[in-house]
Parts: sequence; structure tokens; C-alpha cells
Amino acid sequence: MTVAIDRATGKRRGDRAPRPGPVSRLKHGYRKHWYAYAMIAPVAVVLGVLVLYPLAYGFYLTLTDANSLNSARTIGVNEIAATYKFIGLDNYADILWGPTAYDRFWSHFVWTIGWTAACVALHYGIGLALALLLDQKLRGRTFYRLVLILPWAVPTFVTVFGWRFMLADSGVVNSALDFLHLPTPAWLEDTFWQRTAAIMVNTWCGVPFMMVSLLGGLQSVDGALYEAAEMDGANAWQRFRHVTLPGLRSVSSTVVLLGVIWTFNQFAVIFLLFGNTAPEAQILVTWAYQLGFGQQPRDFAQSAAYGILLLAILIVFTSFYRRWLNRHEQQLAI
Amino acid sequence: MSTPTLRTPAPVPPPASPPAPPRPVRPRGERGPLARLASHAVLATASAVAFFPVAWLVFLSLGPDKDDYLHPGGIWRKMTLDNYAFVLQHTAFFDWLKSSLIVSLGTTLIGVLVSASTGYAVSRMRFPGYRRFMWALLVTQMFPVAVLMVPMYQILSRLGLIDSYLGLILVYCSTAVPYCAWLMKGYFDTIPFEIDEAGRVDGLSPIGTFVRLILPLAKPGLAVAAFYSFITAFGEVAFATTFLLDDRKYTLAVGLQSFVSEHDAQRHLMAATAVLIAIPVSAFFYLVQRNLVTGLTAGGTKG
Repeated sequence: MTVAIDRATGKRRGDRAPRPGPVSRLKHGYRKHWYAYAMIAPVAVVLGVLVLYPLAYGFYLTLTDANSLNSARTIGVNEIAATYKFIGLDNYADILWGPTAYDRFWSHFVWTIGWTAACVALHYGIGLALALLLDQKLRGRTFYRLVLILPWAVPTFVTVFGWRFMLADSGVVNSALDFLHLPTPAWLEDTFWQRTAAIMVNTWCGVPFMMVSLLGGLQSVDGALYEAAEMDGANAWQRFRHVTLPGLRSVSSTVVLLGVIWTFNQFAVIFLLFGNTAPEAQILVTWAYQLGFGQQPRDFAQSAAYGILLLAILIVFTSFYRRWLNRHEQQLAI
Repeated sequence: MSTPTLRTPAPVPPPASPPAPPRPVRPRGERGPLARLASHAVLATASAVAFFPVAWLVFLSLGPDKDDYLHPGGIWRKMTLDNYAFVLQHTAFFDWLKSSLIVSLGTTLIGVLVSASTGYAVSRMRFPGYRRFMWALLVTQMFPVAVLMVPMYQILSRLGLIDSYLGLILVYCSTAVPYCAWLMKGYFDTIPFEIDEAGRVDGLSPIGTFVRLILPLAKPGLAVAAFYSFITAFGEVAFATTFLLDDRKYTLAVGLQSFVSEHDAQRHLMAATAVLIAIPVSAFFYLVQRNLVTGLTAGGTKG
């Protein structure tokens, strides 16, 4: 962790001690830090205008019954003013414990959690295994490395279509399974197999990032530690358990957090793999998108409410994660 | 980092290694022939899995019929580049490419320009509100698409910016700007503070130090941030699908979907387009991939 150093202040001649009194303290703070504030101003403005304002406006929308029929819109030359009204927290109540809450929210919630856990576990497990293999002195490892990064290099929206060809009813995956006399599941129709397919494709897309990050981490582990462990008679597993894993801790905690956030919010894979066809395989993000933009009339208020709920879930998760890391004396790299 | 103390009992005999005649000591990191063979087998399998879907896409793109993907064996006999010719000549491919480039480059440019100084400030200065500001940057990383989509749609349609490049660029900046700031903080952290001190001693203001000394040193970091925001904007699907209406303004991500409609699926053309997009992007990716991960986890590896 970098030491907190303040380069902004410099040492002016006759640097005065801060005087008491809020006004002069404010003045002093301003003089002391105005460089910092000036330098973060552009981003602060962008965040305010492009993030905070829409967020606040979105939150306001969740308190209304806005949909595409009663929002302000232009038809030809006629401007129709918005007619939606304020209904308080009804949207949240309806989503969380309304009559169809289970079918609409909770079932997707459970699937989203399962999806995130499965994907991140697979990403991390496979990524770590491959990173360990690539970390050895091995002929052709540069070649392996380049090929293994390929899924990351090709844009997701391109490869997902490739997967759709492969997973189609008599596509190459099923042909191969048939050739081996194995059952040929309906990957894109049956709920269970849809979910399996989604996890599979997302794992394929996400492993390279984990692999490369962990490889970077492995290479920064001090080689002397391994020698010392070997001297002490530690076998391969013990070296892995007590040298490699602790050495990887801070990289691991960072990439796992990023992985959870990215997987939880993963839109492209599911949206492009199934479109509107698989209501049961939609995770919360794509489900919220369908409510707001994939149906008629568009339910803006509910969609925005889902968005706020999702953000809340992630913020709560991240806070707990950070606190858990702090308790174990670890720092997040980011 | 806490180093766990190893309990060292009687030396554990290494399993599966013949004890009797002392063999020449292998340098660390090298395994026996069997282990090496196993490593190669696993890596080769993994590489095949990584490579196959992409190769398959290329293969399918050579088949002239839209249902060739169902009986790929026939493609060998009638391989042709007609799909590519058709996509380049008779579809809006170049329009889509243009849109993609405008939107991605616009986002990249604004993202990098706006966030560079912030990355420096949060790397070097501690000011009241610092932690809250960093937390705000982190939180914007976890915005699900759903959270800004509805309000952005309403705001942009009120401003008449739906179906315009500018609208899309603004939307992407909401993620690209904090993203770039994070990346660049990580990069600035790796530049020694002594350089700043030297600049200050020579009488430069903090902003002068930043512009004259640090910014030139940070070029690779800027490049990584630029590349990341370019890729993110280039591959974005949700906003582009919703906010672009005119099929000549589609980005490539949206255009590719338009080959499959409810009534007709021109899969052969789609495969060809996919390959046309994938080749330059992956080539570019390979040029810069070495720098990519350090950008994201720079702080992490230093412990």
C-alpha cells in the first residue's frame, strides 16, 4: 500500500499553522488542497452530470408508474406531456413481495446468485490451474499463452454468435455428442441446458482474464520463498498451500471482486445467446432490460427499480467483502 | 503479507519420486518427464477448447448456404469467399464500422482527456473527501446496465439525442471516465515519487509537474486506458441496441444481430461479418496484451 503523501502542499515560505475557527479552516483547506480539487474537477463534473443526475432521476422514476404509454413522447409533430404519477415505494414492494414476486424476482435472483458463484468459481479455478501450468519452464509456453488468451481477444458479441451456431440443435456440439453415443441436450430450448450453456459460454469468455492476472501474480512471488520451503522439506502441495496462495492473495481478492461484479452484470452473453426466448435463463440484469425495453408497453418504472436493487446488492456485497478483507489484513489492489 | 510459519516435522518424503540413487538435481520449476507430459496434455486440450469456437466460426463463414452450419461436412466441397464479398459489397458493413469507430474513438478521447489529471491527483494527493471520491469511482464500476438505461433513455430522448452518436458517447463516458481514472491511478502509482519531488524542487507547480514530467512518462498507462475504453465501447451491446434506431447508424455489435431476424437468419453472412470484425480487433489486442493486466492489477502485485 502506498504511503499517503501530500505533494500538493509543498512548503511555502512562512507556512502558517492552521488557525482555529471553521471559516479560516475552510480557507486554509481550500488553499492547501485547491490543486487536488482542480485536478479532480473534470471527472467530478462528468460523474455529477452523467452518473449522479441520471441516477437520481432514475430513482425518482422508480417512485412513479412510468411506462412507455404515459411518459413524455413525440408522435409526429405532437408533443405529449408525461402523465405518470407518483406512487411511492409501490414498485419495490411489488417486486419484492408482490403476488408474483417469486416468479419474477426471487427465482431470477436465486439463478443470478448461482450463475455468479458458478462462473466465478470456474473462472478462478481453471484460470489458476492454467496459470500454474504456464508458470513452469515448458517448451512452447508462449504459444500456449497466446492461444489461451484468444477468447479474451475476440469481442464477446462475435464469439457468442459462434457459440450459438455450435450449440444449435444439430450443431457441431450435438453432432459430436451423438457421434460418441451420448445424449444430445437441447442447449437453447431446455431451461436446465440453457443455464448450463450460459455458464459454459461465460466461463469460456472469462477464463483468460483470470489466467493472465494470476500469472502476473505468480511471477511476482519471490522465488527465494520456494527455495526456503523446499529446504524445510515442504512438498509440492505444501508449497502451493503455504507459499503460492498467500503470495497471490492480493491479486486474487481483486480479480475475484472484479469477476463477481462483471459476472453479476454480464449482459451480452445471455442477451445474445437467447434473446427473448429463455425467460428462465435470464439473470436479473437481462430481466430488467426486458421489462424496460424488450416488451410493450415498456415498463420504465419497474425496470429502473430493478436497476436500483441490483446496484444496492452489489454495493452491500462489496462493502462486506472489503470489511472481510480488512479483518484478514488484506488490501484490495484497486 | 503474513508469512505462515511452516511446521516442519520429519522431512516429508516427496511422493512418487524414487529415492534410491541420487539423481542430478533438477533446477526448480522443472518437473519430471511424466509431469511435463501431463502439463502439455492439459495445456494442449485447453488451447484446443479456446481455439475451436473461433476456428469453427471461420470455417462456417466459408460455406455459401445459410444452413451450412447444420451439416458442416458439406462445406469442404463448396468452400468459397462469396460471403465476404457479399458482406463487403452489399450490406451496411462499412457504415457500421464507421459508427463503431466514431463512438468508440469519441468515448476513448473524452475518457482519457478528462480522467488523466484525476488519476494523478488521487495517486499523489490526499485531500478531504479522498476516500469518498475513490468509493464513488469504485461504485460506478459496478453499475449494472439496467440502472442507468431507463433514466438515460428518458433524458436523451428529451434532448433529442436518441439515435445519435453523441448520445451514445455520453452514455459510454459515464463508465469510461471513472474506469480510466482508476486505471491511470494504478499506473501513476508505479512512477516513483522522487520524480515529483525533483520537479517541485526545481520550482514547478503540482500541475506543472504533472504536465511536464509525469504525463510524458505515463504514456504507456494512457495507452492502456485508451485501449480499454475503446474495447469496452466497441463491444457494448445493451445501450447500442436500444439507443440506435437507424440501421445505417448501427454499431457493429448491433449490426451483427440484425442478420438474424424473426423470419430469416442469414447465418452464413453473419459468420463472415463476425470474422471480419474479429480479425483486426484480435490482431490489435495481441499487440498490446502484455500491458493490459498490469493496468488493472498494478497495485496488487506489489503487495
